[in-house]
Amino acid sequence: MKAKSAAAPYIVWMVIFIIVPMLLVVIFAFTDKSGSFTLKNIEEVGQYSNVFLRSIWLGAIATAICLLLGYPLAGIISRISPRRQSVIIMLVMLPMWMNFLLRTYAWMTLLEDNGIINNVLAFFGLGRLHLINTQGAVVLGMVYNYIPYMILPIYSVLTKIDKKVVEAAQDLGANRVKVFSKVIFPMSMPGVISGVTMVFVPAVSTFIISKMLGGGANLMIGDLIDMQFLGSAYNPNLGSAISLVLMVLILICMGIMNQFDDGENNEGGIMV
Amino acid sequence: MENTPIISLENISVSFDGEIVLKDFNLSIRNGEFVTLLGASGCGKTTTLRIIGGFVKQDFGDVFFNGKKINDLPPHKREVNTIFQKYALFPHLNVYDNVAFGMRVHGKSESQIKTTVHEMLSMVNLNGFEHRNVNLLSGGQQQRVAIARALANEPKVLLLDEPLGALDLKLRKDMQAELKKIQQQTGITFVFVTHDQEEALSMSDTVVVMDKGEIQQIGTPQDIYNEPENAFVADFIGESNILDGIMHEDYLVEFAGHPFKCVDKGFQTDEPVDVVIRPEDIDVVEPDASHLSGTVTSVNFKGVHYEIIVDVHGFKWMIQSTDYQEVGNRIGLSIQPDDIHIMHKSEYSGMFGDYSSFSDEMDEESQLEGKEAEI
Repeated sequence: MKAKSAAAPYIVWMVIFIIVPMLLVVIFAFTDKSGSFTLKNIEEVGQYSNVFLRSIWLGAIATAICLLLGYPLAGIISRISPRRQSVIIMLVMLPMWMNFLLRTYAWMTLLEDNGIINNVLAFFGLGRLHLINTQGAVVLGMVYNYIPYMILPIYSVLTKIDKKVVEAAQDLGANRVKVFSKVIFPMSMPGVISGVTMVFVPAVSTFIISKMLGGGANLMIGDLIDMQFLGSAYNPNLGSAISLVLMVLILICMGIMNQFDDGENNEGGIMV
Repeated sequence: MENTPIISLENISVSFDGEIVLKDFNLSIRNGEFVTLLGASGCGKTTTLRIIGGFVKQDFGDVFFNGKKINDLPPHKREVNTIFQKYALFPHLNVYDNVAFGMRVHGKSESQIKTTVHEMLSMVNLNGFEHRNVNLLSGGQQQRVAIARALANEPKVLLLDEPLGALDLKLRKDMQAELKKIQQQTGITFVFVTHDQEEALSMSDTVVVMDKGEIQQIGTPQDIYNEPENAFVADFIGESNILDGIMHEDYLVEFAGHPFKCVDKGFQTDEPVDVVIRPEDIDVVEPDASHLSGTVTSVNFKGVHYEIIVDVHGFKWMIQSTDYQEVGNRIGLSIQPDDIHIMHKSEYSGMFGDYSSFSDEMDEESQLEGKEAEI
């Protein structure tokens, strides 16, 4: 009973700030400006399918790159001496202490046609590259901003793997490749799933990164929603409908992702 | 082939961070033998096992397997398997897949794997547990899975690192018997590590008593108990009264101020020696009927017998007797010649054997155990 009454403030908070807003999004999505029920908003979302595809595609690429870069790094960190581990983990988190906008803005000045990178290239006579306002720049921004969220959960799962279990695998005849593929990687799945979730979800729905590094040509769902509420095309009903569809799509993606885990022991894994 | 030991360690030395763990260590293990490495924590017994398994690289010396040097062979290529102290089961696999792991790694066919897994699981009495989650098994069941997993690989040698340490007393006794049975059935060489002397005596063909990275004695359980090499072994295995003595000539020793007939010989004339008398070998007689008589200072009931501490001229003897004695009673101690065991003096002389500090010793031991548990 005590635990129940202690939970009460949290429950009230969740109802007011999570459940009610979600219901409002649903209500807005299925009503028109006058407040009567309609499916028009959902139908209209269909015409933005290219934006959805682009968002999911770029988010997936960024997530894959984060995983490919982050997993080995997490593995290396988990093996060095504990004192160095805390220093490196601090370095991984350091960018997160700086303002998100500032970080992305810094990439703008680096990537611009007259930015630092192009000036350096020109100085050495290598010719200028068009970097900003490309999909590559958007993916770069996503990877840079979200990679700590991939590294940290994988690192924390890897450090918890009992060394004796690895020894047991070697003892039973597994070489390094098999130790990794049959023991370490499967055991780190909960961390991988958390990492993928924590990178993919914000990457798909970002609007700052695509706005600043992607230019007008690389519109993403986040930008689209932004426009419906704050931009020129003010239409909260359509904005809610887009949000709702996005939420469903992300849920489906995460559902597929979770299939890779055995489902038996999801410790550390985060369901969205 | 018969004469080649299956495993032999030659002049092995290991140190961790400048601390010597094994000193010039030599050990040969015959095929099919049940060998126990016995010693207190930190004596180097687990390190010895890990050297055989390939998890620790010795600084000096060679490891031979069936006569072949395997110094540089990585663990996954050695034909030995280990049962780890905390079992180290794969938490992401069920019982079946844990047992099948080694065979899958070696590329055996699934039908063959199925047969062997069932065979192994019935050997350890875990039929019907195939699809259980290993994390939800009891300690004893996890232990059985670990045994099945190691044996499924058909090792030539099975290394067991204090495998019963985490089990309660009753279960430990059952598993001791079961392990011994499996060893006899399969004929696989077992190298067993424990700090429990009773376990070592009851299970092994050969016991290797270790301390400070050195072998103190190798022998059958009977040898180790009846003919301890030095005061350390005498004290570590069972209870012992250890006294300073002088070996006047063959079959004649003097201790506690009196000459005694004994069955040992081959010492120098008047050589100072350690004399061991086991508490259960001492008979209680009338005070006048013996050279040795003293006052009972404490009596402990142990179930099978009483543990009686007797003060004889300042030296406290332990006697195990089925007859109760009143504290304060004067009693005589009768010792037969073949109850007296003579040992050469060693670095351990004088460190053990007097029960005047008995209770303190017990405290220390329990403190030590507490520390071990923390680690």
